[in-house]
Amino acid sequence: MDTFLQQLANGLTIGSMFALVALGYTMVYGVMKLINFAHGDMVAASAFVGLMVYTQILGQTASLVGVVAIFFITAAIMACIGVTLERVAYRPLRTAPRLSAVVSALGASLVIQNGIMLIWGPRMRIFPELVPQVYWHVGGVIISMMQVIILVLSLILMVALYLFIEKTRMGAAIRASSLDQDAARLMGINVDSVISLIFIIGSSLGAVGGLFIALYYRGITFDMGWQYGLYAFIAAIIGGIGNIPGAMLGGMLLGLFSAFISGYVSSTWADAFTFMLLIGILIVRPTGLLGERVAEKV
Amino acid sequence: MSNDVLFTIEDLEVSYGSIAAIKGISLEVRKGEIVTILGANGAGKTTTMRTISQLIKAKAGSIRFKGHELTKLPAHKIVKLGISHSPEGRRVFGVLTVEENLMLGAYSRRKVNPETLRWIYEMFPRLEERRKQLAGTLSGGEQQMLAIGRSLMSDPEMLLLDEPSLGIAPILVKAIFKQIKEISRQGVTVLLVEQNAKAALKLADRGYVLEVGRIALDGPAAELLASDKIQEAYLGKKH
Ligand SMILES: Nc1ncnc2c1ncn2[C@@H]1O[C@H](COP(=O)(O)OP(=O)(O)OP(=O)(O)O)[C@@H](O)[C@H]1O
Ligand SMILES: [Mg+2]
Repeated sequence: MDTFLQQLANGLTIGSMFALVALGYTMVYGVMKLINFAHGDMVAASAFVGLMVYTQILGQTASLVGVVAIFFITAAIMACIGVTLERVAYRPLRTAPRLSAVVSALGASLVIQNGIMLIWGPRMRIFPELVPQVYWHVGGVIISMMQVIILVLSLILMVALYLFIEKTRMGAAIRASSLDQDAARLMGINVDSVISLIFIIGSSLGAVGGLFIALYYRGITFDMGWQYGLYAFIAAIIGGIGNIPGAMLGGMLLGLFSAFISGYVSSTWADAFTFMLLIGILIVRPTGLLGERVAEKV
Repeated sequence: MSNDVLFTIEDLEVSYGSIAAIKGISLEVRKGEIVTILGANGAGKTTTMRTISQLIKAKAGSIRFKGHELTKLPAHKIVKLGISHSPEGRRVFGVLTVEENLMLGAYSRRKVNPETLRWIYEMFPRLEERRKQLAGTLSGGEQQMLAIGRSLMSDPEMLLLDEPSLGIAPILVKAIFKQIKEISRQGVTVLLVEQNAKAALKLADRGYVLEVGRIALDGPAAELLASDKIQEAYLGKKH
C-alpha cells in the first residue's frame, strides 16, 4: 500500500510535467497537422535559459519573487523563440508537401539541440536548488514541497488553458482553425495569428515543464529534450493527438504508469512497458483515448 | 432594386500552378440583386467564389466591393467588409454544436446580434431544435441550413452561396431556395453559384453562364431561362 501511494504521488508529479510538454505537441498538431519535433529541444533549452536567468540576471540569489521571475522570463524568451521557429521553419512550407515540413521540424530539432550545446557546452549542468527541500511524511508516504508545487501549478495551468480554449473568443478561433482553416478564414479568423498564438502558448507551457524537470531532476543536458520530448509526444498520442484534454490525460496516465512500473517492476523496464502501453492503447483506440471520431457527412 | 453597383469583377484570371482555371471574367452585382453563376462541373464557379473571399489569390484582374480592392486583402478581412461566404460542401465545424457554429459565424462582429439569430432560427426552425447537436451529425440538408445560417451571423451586405442544393433532396432544395428569397428580401445582396440552373434562374434577377473559365452568356434571368442554349445545355430540353 505504501509503495502504491508513494508511486501515485511520484506518478502524478512526473505526469503533470509530461502533460505540460504534451500540450505543446498536441496544440501545434491540432492546427497545423504537424509534429513539431523541435518542441522537446525547446523544453531542454528552457532549462538552460532558466539557469542563465538565474546566474546572469538574478546573480544567483533566489527569493520567491526571483523564482517566479525565472518562470516568467524563461517562458517569455521561449515564446519568442517558438514564434520565430514557426516563422522561419514552418510558415514558408505551409503549402509544401507534408514531408517537407517534417524534415524541417527534424532540422529545427537538431539546430536547437546543437545550439544549446554550443552555448552551454556538452556536459551535464546542475540546476540550482530553488525550492527548499521540505518533505512531508503523510501516512508512510514521503511527499516533497517540490512535488506539491509541480502538481498544483500544472493543474492550475491546465485548467486555465482549458477555460481559455472553451470559453474565450480567441479559444474559439483556435478550435475553428484546428477544424478547418479555410472555413475559419471565412469567419474572419486570422489563422496566421492563431498559429503564432499556439506557439506562444505551447512554448510557454513547455518552458514551465522544462523548468519543472530541471528543478525536479536537477541534472540538465543539452540532449535531454529527446527523452522528455518523446515521452510527452507519446502522452499526446495516448490522449489523442490534437486533443487538449487528451494531452493532459495522456500525460497523467503515462506518468502514473511509468511510476508504477518503476515501483513494482523495475525502472529499467519503464521505457519498454511505456511503448507496450502505447501500442496496446492504439490497438484498442487508434485515435487515442479522447481522439475525436465524428462521422462527417459529405 | 436600385442601380448602384455594389460589387465588380474585372478581367479576373486565376490559375492553379500552370493550369488556368479562370481566364478573364468580368461581372457586376448591384445592390439588392440576386445574381447567379451557372456552369457545368469544372467551369470555375467555386474558384471564382474562393477568389472573391481571397482563399485563392488572383493572378490578374480586380475584384471591388464598395470601393475596396479585395485582391489586396487577406482572406480574414473580407467578412468584416460585409461579404460572407457559404462554401461548397458546407464546411460546417463538425465536432462543434449547431450553436457554436453560429457563434463562430459572428466572430467578425465580436458580439452576436440577437435579432439576426432570431431571424435565422425563424427561417430554419430545425437549427433551433438541434442547437445542442454536433453539426457533423446533422443531415446534409440541415448542414446546408447551418452553413447558410452561419454565414448570415456576420450581418453581411452580400452573401456568396456556393451550390446550396448540392446533394440535397428536391423538397429541401425548394425550402432552402425559398429562404434565399427571404434573405434577399431582407436586403442582403446574393451571389449564387448553382448547377441546378432552372431553380437558380427562377430565383435570380440576372445570371452569368461560365464555361471553362470564361463567361459564355449573361443576361436577365428570364431571358436566360428562355434561351435555347440554356434549355439545351442545362435543362436537358431539346427543340
Ligand atoms: N486545388 C486545385 N488544384 C488544381 N486544380 C484545381 C483545384 N481546384 C480546382 N481546380 C481545377 O479548376 C477548374 C475549376 O474548378 P472549380 O472547382 O472552380 O469548378 P466548379 O465550377 O466549381 O465545378 P463544380 O460544379 O464541380 O463544383 C477545374 O478544372 C478543376 O479541376
Ligand atoms: Mg464548385
